Amino acid sequence: MSVDANTVRKIARLARIAVPEEDVTHLQAELNAILAFVEQLAEADVADVEPMTSVIPMTMKERPDIVTERGDANAILKNAPVSDDHFFLVPKVVE
Amino acid sequence: MPITGSCPAGKTSCKATKHQCACAPDQETDANNWAHAGYQMTELTALSIAQARAALAKRDFTAAELTDAHLAAMARARTLNAYVAETPERARAMAKVADARLAKGEARPLEGIPIAVKDLFCTAGVVTTACSRILDRFVPTYESKVTANLWGDGAVMLGKTNNDEFAMGSSNETSCYGPVISPWRRRDANADLVPGGSSGGSAAAVAACLAAGATGTDTGGSIRQPAAFTGIVGIKPTYGRCSRWGIVAFASSLDQAGPFARTVRDAAILLTSMAGSDSRDATCVEQPVPDYENAVGRSVEGMRVGIPKEYRVEGMSAEIEALWETGAQWLRQAGAEVIDVSLPHTKYALAAYYIVAPAEASSNLARYDGVRYGLRLPGRDIIDMYEKTRGEGFGKEVRRRIMIGTYVLSAGYYDAYYLRAQKVRTLIKRDFENCFEAGVDAILTPATPSAAFGIGEKSSGDPVEMYLKDVFTVTVNMAGLPAISVPAGLDGQGLPLGLQLIGRPFDEETLFSLGHVVEQAAGRFTPARWW
Repeated sequence: MSVDANTVRKIARLARIAVPEEDVTHLQAELNAILAFVEQLAEADVADVEPMTSVIPMTMKERPDIVTERGDANAILKNAPVSDDHFFLVPKVVE
Repeated sequence: MPITGSCPAGKTSCKATKHQCACAPDQETDANNWAHAGYQMTELTALSIAQARAALAKRDFTAAELTDAHLAAMARARTLNAYVAETPERARAMAKVADARLAKGEARPLEGIPIAVKDLFCTAGVVTTACSRILDRFVPTYESKVTANLWGDGAVMLGKTNNDEFAMGSSNETSCYGPVISPWRRRDANADLVPGGSSGGSAAAVAACLAAGATGTDTGGSIRQPAAFTGIVGIKPTYGRCSRWGIVAFASSLDQAGPFARTVRDAAILLTSMAGSDSRDATCVEQPVPDYENAVGRSVEGMRVGIPKEYRVEGMSAEIEALWETGAQWLRQAGAEVIDVSLPHTKYALAAYYIVAPAEASSNLARYDGVRYGLRLPGRDIIDMYEKTRGEGFGKEVRRRIMIGTYVLSAGYYDAYYLRAQKVRTLIKRDFENCFEAGVDAILTPATPSAAFGIGEKSSGDPVEMYLKDVFTVTVNMAGLPAISVPAGLDGQGLPLGLQLIGRPFDEETLFSLGHVVEQAAGRFTPARWW
């Protein structure tokens, strides 16, 4: 399988990454090189093979459903690029 | 004879080249010899952790002096670009606490030992960026579990080390802070070489004696490959042995933390401290941590070591092939039985890795959206803001991997790529299980297909060329197994080469025992200082 220029633009959109138009051609070539490389998996016989879900057998740990860390709003907002009065600020999302 | 504060070990330069420093004997049984030799003849920074621990306990010098010696060495070595942040004030404060405890006879296991931390580990109050612009000026309010374990055992933090952006790379050339320059050079040449990656700064720092040890993370070889390129020891423990809590996530089912050190014993000492359970990482196991140092020097008599024929890859250099055979010979001489084994699905490991790792990365890195932390570029609406922020904040390799991951997870392609890769992963793991069930204790392979290459030599054009550097290491992450890289020789140009030992799940002890045999036979390798 290989991707065309429009698919590259679509993937960029899905990944929420602005890709300048002049980058599309070489990104297309790079992605196709990687896809051609991973193509060899098609020859592996995976009939009746379970996909891996956990590399080391382990049971998922459980813990009491209680709050362990009380919200320290100042600490949480400390690294926010834009905030106001204990809120993260973003561009308007609803009209 | 303690050194004085004004000259923290800086006056005499280590003349050692290929062989171990005369001033840093390998065995701590030699401790008495060097302790009486007088420290003005040595660099404190060349001491192993085991040696420094013994000397600190005897109060031959103080933790403050040891820390100052390292800070001075770091200042002289900035051209290597190994550190992206130096934390001298914190280091001196921690050393002061260590000295107080040492004076009271209350030393913890790593009391006063100066350590470097890969910039992938969150360190409370110290900028942590994963060497990406998108985490610009991020200062965590919390500490990773692994580094908290080290500080809890008395270690001293020297600073944060350079790495490939989000640990994506095999040469440390994708860092937003620029490449790390290896302390090693080819014989009679002065071209700058890569230290390997992604933990290139940690490896360079330890190899150049800018830290007694360092933390790394290994998703596809990011500890073992740079360890091999810089002539030091690096171990990726079993998946689940160290907590991933507080480590910037790349591919969560593959990521593991581990140590870099100049000796096998030191790596064992560090891993004993770093490993352990953590309720905040659901994949971190509850098993008790053995004292790995006890495994160093343990007999390997009767152990069975497998040589996988599938690792004889096309284009492997005759030097690597010869080194591999030499390594097998060393283990035989130590009483191990060396047998041929087969890992038939090895040939699919890289392809499966370059689906699974980018898929998990695309998911993990979705969190960098310019809202809660890091870089933010303004946009005309929220989508535009996300796209501009991520377009500006991610470097080319990271962007490429996120896009591959997004594609292989997208509707219509999931089964063909991701699901198939996870099935192949099951087959890869089964190969190893079959070997271990047949009585194999560990598997010996080369760590890398070649020695270090030059900066810029492989970073243009085809990304797959760089991916092939990971051919011997990725299978181990795919199977979740522990593996150690131990320096084993020099190539024709005088650059270090490493051997890798792969073990059963949670049997790091066998790797330390076998690794020590390789180390004893091969000796140690120290770069001649040119910086």
